[in-house]
Amino acid sequence: MGEIFVVVEHRQERLREITLQMLGKADELCRRLSHDLTAILIGGQDVPPLSELVEMADRVIVIKDERLRNFDSDLYKEILIRLINEREPYLVMMGHTPWGMDLAPSLAIKSGFPLASDCVDIIAEENNLKVVRQIYNGKLFSKVSFRPSKGYLITARTGAFASDEAGEHHGEVIIMEASTDLPDSRVEFMEFIDSGSGEVDITQSELLVSIGRGIGEKENIEKIKELANLMRGEVSCSRPIVDKHWLPKYHQVGTSGKSVKPKIYFALGISGAFQHVAGVGGAGVVIAVNRDRKAPIFRVADYGVVDDLFNIVAALKEKLC
Amino acid sequence: MNIVVCVKRVPQLQDVDLEIDKSKRDIRKDNLVYFINEWDNYAIEEAVRLKEKLGGTVTAITVGDEDDEEVLRRCLAIGADKAVRIDPGSLVPDAYVTSRILSEIIKGLEYDLILTGVQADDVNNSMVGIMLAELLGIAHSAVVTGIEPSGDEAIIRIELEDGIDEVAKISLPALLTIQTGINEPRYVSIMGIRKASKKELNIKKLEELNLSQDDLMQRTIIEEVYFPPDTEGAEMIEGDPAMIAERIIEIIKEKGVNL
Repeated sequence: MGEIFVVVEHRQERLREITLQMLGKADELCRRLSHDLTAILIGGQDVPPLSELVEMADRVIVIKDERLRNFDSDLYKEILIRLINEREPYLVMMGHTPWGMDLAPSLAIKSGFPLASDCVDIIAEENNLKVVRQIYNGKLFSKVSFRPSKGYLITARTGAFASDEAGEHHGEVIIMEASTDLPDSRVEFMEFIDSGSGEVDITQSELLVSIGRGIGEKENIEKIKELANLMRGEVSCSRPIVDKHWLPKYHQVGTSGKSVKPKIYFALGISGAFQHVAGVGGAGVVIAVNRDRKAPIFRVADYGVVDDLFNIVAALKEKLC
Repeated sequence: MNIVVCVKRVPQLQDVDLEIDKSKRDIRKDNLVYFINEWDNYAIEEAVRLKEKLGGTVTAITVGDEDDEEVLRRCLAIGADKAVRIDPGSLVPDAYVTSRILSEIIKGLEYDLILTGVQADDVNNSMVGIMLAELLGIAHSAVVTGIEPSGDEAIIRIELEDGIDEVAKISLPALLTIQTGINEPRYVSIMGIRKASKKELNIKKLEELNLSQDDLMQRTIIEEVYFPPDTEGAEMIEGDPAMIAERIIEIIKEKGVNL
């Protein structure tokens, strides 16, 4: 019997949702493989409350030190590698988040564990581990296996696993002080900045007319604003529009932008990258218009239209005028 | 400031119907149009802007075959001084092997910064950059949207979730994975690419590098690729634009939204 580690992600003393999602999936894997589920929480003196973690894991190892208050790839890696050497887990899981994207690949090199990133499913059959990933912009899935190793590393996509599948554990809490011989960190945290606020609050809109790369040119945004006005909604967008500085960041829907919950989400020329779709989960009805009938947005939309978005925009304007 | 940028050539995926090849482990690639990976385009642009401000050199590197030199030429046209292509021959490297190959070339170069894209649009790993940093033993940070170097450190901006950014100080040399939107990449003309063809482009073969069999062994293996199941998906609205518009308005009203 071995262990599965879930590395707990937190920010400003609050647990991140991805952790609960991973604990749910890890619990299922532990039951199938007869492993113990160990949550690893690395943080400062004021760590997030442990109550949720205790219910979802067989044990919670807490490593506290003020140097560890904010995520620090160098120091977190050092602590994890010591825990890995000591406890020899079968699998180490963390989120495919900016945090995990910085930590997991370096931990893979340091531990020698093979790493599969951004996984949307994990399949365990008699200690034969496989994962499912999305490739080519979400147009295809791939099933990936690992070269045999003592242990494995997986990062999980946000939203791939439901967080309510956790078992009823009463995990023991093991609190440890970080050893004094931690190396100096090479990346020093300075501050958090909120870059997402502005004139419009798209999280409060009942109807969003949302645009993506398919809009083609900046000048076309005016046509969409007119339509949004006629529909008494707001304009929102996917990442490429903000990257091009065509709309300010506070219009952006997705993991690095806003999570929205309109009754109607009208997606025009948005391909549906998962980072975008993750922000639309709370929408009532998603209607997508895209020229590309294989665009991943059609897999999450309730209604789909395969057409040039400007044809539909023009027809809607005519009916609403 | 000497900067190394790792770039990759990837297929353009918008409005394209992909086909699975005979091996069932990848897509058919002979019918696709290729371009520089979007994230890497921002990375090379950022490197050249830093060079224009602070002096130094920019070296662009890719692991790939002769066709992939196209992206290196593009980097040279943007303002890179040198380019290196490492030819993997018949080897199909995974993220680990790619980072191992890159580390072997880069450890012999003088650099203050290494930039890569956050991820590549094809296999979507987000692994090569940070693995490379760890192999080289240098500081690293992922998903970077701003770089201000000063002396032997740099102030960087890291994009987190929910519109929150982190500001941090990183010691150089460092590797940063670059997020889209960090700058506005310049337009590159065919003429510009042609002009840059006189710049230095070196080709290295794997055999010239000090790599063992184990270094070149994949850590992860793609067993199969497949299309998402048909059962998922939207109810499609068919008809001419006027009919479609009518139906859309109906749906919106059904949801209790006043138009």
